[in-house]
Amino acid sequence: MNLIQKARMKSPWILHFNAGSCNGCDIEILSCLTPVYDIERFGAVNVGNPKHADVLLVTGPVNRRNERVLRNLYEQMLDPKIVVAVGTCASSGGVFHNCYNCLGGVDKVIPVDVYVPGCAAKPETIIEGVILGLEKLAKMPAKPRPVRQEAKAESAEAER
Amino acid sequence: MSALDTAVRLLLAVVVAPWVGMLLVGLDRKLSARLQGRVGPPLTQPFYDLVKLLAKQGDTTSRFQTACLALFLASNVVSLALVLMGGDLLVMLFVLAFGAVAYIVGGFSAKSPYSQLGTQRELLQLLTYEPLLVFLAVGIYLRTGSFLASAAFSHAEPLLPEMPVFVLTLIAVFGIKLRKSPFDIASSPHHGHQEVVRGPLSEVAGPSLALVELAHWYEAVLLVALASLLWASPIWAGALVGLGCLLASIVVDNVAARLTWSWMLRFGWLVAVPASILNLIYLYATRGGGG
Repeated sequence: MNLIQKARMKSPWILHFNAGSCNGCDIEILSCLTPVYDIERFGAVNVGNPKHADVLLVTGPVNRRNERVLRNLYEQMLDPKIVVAVGTCASSGGVFHNCYNCLGGVDKVIPVDVYVPGCAAKPETIIEGVILGLEKLAKMPAKPRPVRQEAKAESAEAER
Repeated sequence: MSALDTAVRLLLAVVVAPWVGMLLVGLDRKLSARLQGRVGPPLTQPFYDLVKLLAKQGDTTSRFQTACLALFLASNVVSLALVLMGGDLLVMLFVLAFGAVAYIVGGFSAKSPYSQLGTQRELLQLLTYEPLLVFLAVGIYLRTGSFLASAAFSHAEPLLPEMPVFVLTLIAVFGIKLRKSPFDIASSPHHGHQEVVRGPLSEVAGPSLALVELAHWYEAVLLVALASLLWASPIWAGALVGLGCLLASIVVDNVAARLTWSWMLRFGWLVAVPASILNLIYLYATRGGGG
């Protein structure tokens, strides 16, 4: 493992976005910052700026109101970056999967690297998911990757 | 000062100082975490942050801002070199202010409203700490008879017992320059706090942000070096004074909430500035024939 890969593993700056979640997973994400789990000992920091973030943590099934926001946040993040879908809703839509206003999962809008199951996802599982994603992040070259074509087509359809 | 001595001091300021600064920033994060009952990141965490930022995709909204931030970094390096080489404190303050202004101009060049708002607050911070630093230089002049840092370094007696107010104002300056509560109104360092996103740094990312991180390492050492002028011989006592000010500002950061810019201005101009002037009057009144 070279220095850059090690640095990427040890310095994940995390952006958290709630795409229509019930707030259950969000509470679990914030509890990762508390003294009990203290993810800052791994160098992880909760940032409020997509331009500074390496990891995008998304909760919720994504609906037609916030898919644009989600895509905007994703596109503002600099490469290399990973997306972690936290909770059942973010992974597959969960109980909202066939609601008329929901898209049914984060991967309908942006490419997802890690799916964290659970309703709500446990802090331990979230931390494990982020670490799995970081192993992928460390090996990434620093070049942009295209937004998924089908996601683009779908959003164009939604705008119409 | 011999050529060799100059070279060693220059090397110390440019090459060794950032590593010390990295440890100071790491210590800050570790200590803050411990004060909050957490384990906290390793001491070398800022180093990993820097390497990661350098390896990110280079993308910036305003190239002009990146140039300004490079000037900010350069001015911090030159200021530190001036202090360590015993240069003129007033020149050092001008160079430091130049860097601060470059930082502000860069912040205004980004179109983001967060950047604009944060940069306006950055201006108010400059307005608050700049007179305090000038008064510190004047106080050193009144005792040593010179604005040269080398005069303070070679002054036999410690300046601190006669300049107690300046320790307190320096703690405030540490708080403002290192963006700590209650003064972190323009932007916040990235452990837990956030204010107007990241203020002037909202549009700065990747390698450009790495420049700022590196500048902060130099800044931390510069502030410790400035505080150490108050007890410059023996030099370890000065280092203790500097570290003491840093520790005090970290503790204040963790026990205080963020306050408003108007509170900061009132504190600066109604408390810290008059107190500094009183201390200066005392120094002037009691100065000996050599002063």
